[in-house]
This record gives sequence, C-alpha cells and structure tokens, in this order.
Amino acid sequence: MDLDTFWFCLIAVLWSGYFVLEGFDFGVGMLLLFLPSRERGEEDRRTMFQAIGPVWDGNEVWLVVAAGATFAAFPAWYATMFSGFYIALLLILVLLIVRVVSFEWRAKSESPRWRWVWTWANTIGSVGVPFIWGVALASLLYGVPLNSDGDYAGNLADLLSPYSVFAGIAFVLLFAFHGATFLTLRTAGELHQRAERAARRLAIPAVLVSGAFLVWTLVVAMDRNDKDLFPPALPAILGIVTLVLAAAFLFRERNGRTFAMTALGTIAGVATLFTSLYPRVMVSNPDFANSLTVENASSSPYALKVMTVAALILVPIVLLYQGWTYYVFRRRLGGETTVTS
Amino acid sequence: MQTIWYRTGDESWLRLTRFFGTLMLINFAIGVATGLVQEFQFGMNWSVYSVFVGDVFGAPLAIEGLAAFMLEATFLGLWIFGWDKLSRRVHLATVWVFALGTWLSAFFIMVANSWMQRPVGSTVTDGRAELTNIGELLGNRLALHAYLHVVLVGLTTAAVVIFGVACWHLLRGRNVDLFRKAALLALIVGVPISALNLVVGSRLGIVVTDYQPIKISATEALWDTEQPAAFSLFQIGGFTKDDQTPSFDLEIPKLLSFLATGSLDGKVEGINELQRQAETQYGSGNYTPPVRTTYWAMRIMAYFGTLVFMVLALGGFLYWRRKLEHARWFLWVGLLSIPLPYLAALSGWVLTEIGRQPWIVWGLLKTTDANSPSVSTTTLAFSLGVFAVLYGALAVVDFVLMRRYARLDPPELGGEGDEMPLPAVSY
Repeated sequence: MDLDTFWFCLIAVLWSGYFVLEGFDFGVGMLLLFLPSRERGEEDRRTMFQAIGPVWDGNEVWLVVAAGATFAAFPAWYATMFSGFYIALLLILVLLIVRVVSFEWRAKSESPRWRWVWTWANTIGSVGVPFIWGVALASLLYGVPLNSDGDYAGNLADLLSPYSVFAGIAFVLLFAFHGATFLTLRTAGELHQRAERAARRLAIPAVLVSGAFLVWTLVVAMDRNDKDLFPPALPAILGIVTLVLAAAFLFRERNGRTFAMTALGTIAGVATLFTSLYPRVMVSNPDFANSLTVENASSSPYALKVMTVAALILVPIVLLYQGWTYYVFRRRLGGETTVTS
Repeated sequence: MQTIWYRTGDESWLRLTRFFGTLMLINFAIGVATGLVQEFQFGMNWSVYSVFVGDVFGAPLAIEGLAAFMLEATFLGLWIFGWDKLSRRVHLATVWVFALGTWLSAFFIMVANSWMQRPVGSTVTDGRAELTNIGELLGNRLALHAYLHVVLVGLTTAAVVIFGVACWHLLRGRNVDLFRKAALLALIVGVPISALNLVVGSRLGIVVTDYQPIKISATEALWDTEQPAAFSLFQIGGFTKDDQTPSFDLEIPKLLSFLATGSLDGKVEGINELQRQAETQYGSGNYTPPVRTTYWAMRIMAYFGTLVFMVLALGGFLYWRRKLEHARWFLWVGLLSIPLPYLAALSGWVLTEIGRQPWIVWGLLKTTDANSPSVSTTTLAFSLGVFAVLYGALAVVDFVLMRRYARLDPPELGGEGDEMPLPAVSY
C-alpha cells in the first residue's frame, strides 16, 4: 500500500474513532432534555454529565487529530473542504464552543436558569454538530462544484441534497441510540432503567434509517463516483448486520454487546463512506474531472514518511492510555447503591 | 503544589491545589474551545496558504494533536475525576503527564510558527513548500529560542496570577497562612523565571535580527542604518516613511546595538536600506511592517515584562523581611499586576506576527496572496462578527467566573475515607 492510501485509511480511522467516542457523548447530550425524570431531573442530569465528564475532551481530540492529519497529509483536500464548507464549519465551531463551555461552566452556579441555559446549549450542540458533519461528509461523496484549480465553486445550498440531509439525520439517530446504550452501561438505579427504555425506543428508527443510509451510499457511489458495488458493499453489509445485532442484543438485555455493536456499526458506516470515496477524496459535480483524489491532493512522499513514523509510534500509545481511562472510570454512577459492573 | 502535598503530607497544599486547579479549569475551557477554531481557520480562511504550507506546517500540527493534545485532554480528565479512583501516586502522575502535554504542545506550535518566520528544512517545488528535513524543521534555531521564551512567559504568567490572587486574600486577612505559602511558591518560581525571561527575550531579539532584520528595525523605528545604534525609550512621531524624524525622542545610546547584535558597537541596518535590499531580491513592493504598531508592541512587552520582574522581586524582598502581609500598598500592587503578563504576552505576539508582514511565510508567500479565493468578503466579515461576539461573551463570563472563584475561600477538606467531594470541579 502506498503512503497516500495509508493516510487516507488512517484519516478514516481517525474519523471512526471520533464518531465512536464523541458519538456517545453527543448521544448523552441529546438525551439530557428527555431522559431525566421530573422529580429528580437535576440530579439525573448531573449524573449524565458525570458519565461523560472524564472522557468527552479526549474524545473531541480525535476530531482535532483527524483535521490535523488531513491538513498534513492532504493539504489540497483540507484547504478546499474547509474553505468550501465555510458556513457549515463555522456553525460546527460555534456549536462546539458553546458545548465545550457548557461542560465546564454549567456547575459553576447554583442558579436553575444558568443550568437550564447550559443544558440546552449542550443539547443543541450535541444534535447540531453530528447533523452538520453528516451533511458535510456525505457531500464529499455526493459531489460539490469544484473548478479546475480544485477550489470550491458553490455555496451553502450545494451541500444540501436529499442524500446529505438524510445522512445528517442518520448520524443524529445513530448517536442518540449509541449514547443511550452507553448510559445503560454507566448508570445504575432508576436512571439506568430510563436509559434502557430510551435505547429501546431509539433502536428501531436508528437501525432502519442508518441501514437505509448505507444502502443509499452504495447507490450514490455507483451513480456519482464511478464505483462498483464491491468493495463498498462489504463494510455496508457489515454495518447493517451489526446494527441489527445491536437491536437484537438490546431486547435481550445484553447491553454491553449492544454498545459494542453500535460502535462497530458506526465504524462500518465511516468505512462505507470512505471506501465509496476512494480513490477520490472530494467528488466534483458537475465537472467530475475536477475531483480531488488521494494522489493529486496529497503531500510529498518525504513528509508522509515522517508522519507515518510518528503515527505508528503515537497511535498505539494513545489507544493504550485512553483505554486505561475507560478502565479507571468503569464504575456505574447514580442510583441508591453504587453497583460495580 | 500537589507534589508538595504528596511529599510533605501538609494538607494546606492540597487545598491550594484544588483552589488553583478550579481557576485553571475555567480557563482551560476557553483554551479547548478556541484551539479548534485555530486549527480549522487555516483551511477556512487561508486555503492557498494551507495548500502551500501543508506539507511542512501540517506535520508539526498533526503531531501536536496526536502527541500533546491527546495527552492533555485525557490526563486532565483523569486528574479532575480521578481523585478517589486512583492512588495518590498515580493521581499525581496524571497532573505531571498533563503538564508534559502542555510543554509538548507549545513546542510543536512554536516549531510551526517559527517555520513561518524562518522557513528551514524545506524547498519550494511546483508552487508549494515541501518538507525535506524534519530534523532541521524541529531544530530551527529560532523555534528553540521562541519556545523557551514562550514557556518562561507561561510560567511567569502563572506565578503572577497565583501571587496576585494570594495578595488579595492576604489583603482580606483570611487564610493568611495558606496564601503566604501560595505567595512563596509563586515568588520562588516567578522571580528567577521572569528574570531569566528578560535575558532569553533579548537573546531572541538577536536571533530575530539574523533572520528578519527589517522586523527589528521597524520595531525600533530605525529608518537609517546606525553604528552604534541607540535604543529609543519613547518617541512621538517618526513612524511613517514621510515622517522619519520623531519630534520627541528619548534614547539610550548603544543599547539597540547591544539588544540586536549582542555587541555595544554592532551595526543595525535601517528600514530604508533593508527595504531597498528586499526590492532587489523580491521585486518592487512594500516590505516594511507597520512601524508604529511594532514599535509600541515591543515597548509594552518589554516594559511590562520588566515591571513584572520588579514587582515579583520586590515581593520576594518583602517576604524575606517578613513584611509581605503587612505592606498593604504592595499587596494592591501585586493584585493589580495580574493583567501585566497577559498584556505583555499579547504584545509579544502582535510584534511577532505584525512584524512578519507583508509575509505570511517569510520570503516565500505574501499574506495578501494566501487567503481563500472561494470565501467572499461578506462571509468573512460575518464570521469575524460571530467570533467577535462569541469570544467577547466568553471573555466576560470567564472573567466573572474567575473572579468569583478566586474570591472564594479555598475548599475545606471533607471527612476522611469516603469520596472526597470536589464541588467546583465536578459537574
């Protein structure tokens, strides 16, 4: 495998990591308004915040690294995508900023109004950000107008196709499901039961919509990106199978396995999208020939070699210590007695 | 502080750790939030720049994310939430790893920035820069000096903030023993570090003169070459090409020669000559950075930096004579000094970045050629407005929260055994 392709895969891995990890904290954020009971709402919300408190920041860094790796390995892709999707990314940044400070500042005052504001801020950010990422990443495949210099020649409306909007909805539903499942693992007592109920209610729509999105992705890949059914069909099938299994495990109360399956399903979804893209990184439509590819958007071989060495050393270390973090915070929260899982 | 607690078992250090830890977290939220903007905006606003530099500039940035930012984010989470889940020793280690992350982070950022000031380890092929030697990039002489300077500035700022907050509590006369300790620690760190920083800062000036002489002469509003050159303390007028002679100028003879070259009789080239040289090299155009801005940015930085050292040194003297908590006027000085290192650091960045103009990458790419062609002026103005409002609001809330938490009494420690509550830090 040449280094261009290696970095394309690595960026897909980083996005997968980002969505698997931040996916569940987005999900928890979305549920902040719906899950807590009327009587003990504030306490429940605090437990929910605590469940993702130690890890959300580490999760978000996956996005920082994904964007940084794109900048370093595919400068032209990074430049065209980030300048072209300007307003969409501006919205993401604003929502993420508001969400970040909601984590840190919410508990800094006892006032119910203050807390209400930051709860809403967190929820809006947690719904909005994955929706816009869904739209943006799907647009890479669906195609946006690029000129012969590889610069973006469209506007915000060019991002909004039925397919990309559907992708946004699929991301939101999948992460809501993923987050509810996460909470079933991290909470005890009444909140635990509520989380389970929410997960069951979300399971069917999430699986159906995400499954439909994967199939639609294959159609778009063949239609607009000159791809065959294989290989993109492989991760798509894997995604559909894992999501169906996730629902099946949930109704048999095997929550640990459910979470593993929603995580795998998320990875398979990103893999489907990226396999459908390859060897292009940004499809141009209507002028297909202007598309950015792994080859014409990448950095020099020397720079890629240097970064490959760095990545091969650092990624395993990061995985080790982030894994250790989850081990440290494995104990369930809330409920009358604290149960060890 | 936590290390002293671990070593000595003196609980007042634990209380101080938590007290200042809370202040740090409030601030850290802003850092996390705005850091992402910084990374995204290269591509959003400067797409031509991004394509041009990605090969070189992207590498330290990506490595920074993977090596440093991950460490910071993960281990900060462990530190905040790990008080009752980790052994004391491991928990202490998490904060050290977090600190290591911040040091690494600063290093890679300074490597990236210094490459923009002095592009090494790369060549330009087919209209874009390509990395040719990672060792040269990381070992950029400018980067090493700038990195040391930035780290010392960070430590000085922390010391001044801790000292200022301690002064306020001493003024109030509550928790005197506790905040005497905090003040002492701040002084032990702050006095030598801020002194060293003055030396390192002027060394950096000499290094910059080697690579960006016109930045230095613009900063000094030195239009004509002088040998030896005098340092202007304060001047009125003399900042534009049409008005090169100030109407009032307070100077110290030979000092600029020393600051720029390290020798009292060194020759410092003037703007006019360097501008002529640049035109021969790069074709006609204006190669002079804004003189007035850089002149004052340098002076605010240097004067406030010196002032910070004097305040801390005087604090150290008073502490040594056991007069610190009785010298009320000085405690006020200590409190009011908190903004000084921030203003100095900000001016330093203004100097560095404005002083690089008209270049975005020194000698290779001009700022005016580097922006995104697909982004309209309206869009840019809109996003600038959004961020101005948002950052303004964040700054206000940050300040209010910092002030509130800085005023609180440090948390009393709960009973032994069960979970140690950390009210201000948990959610």
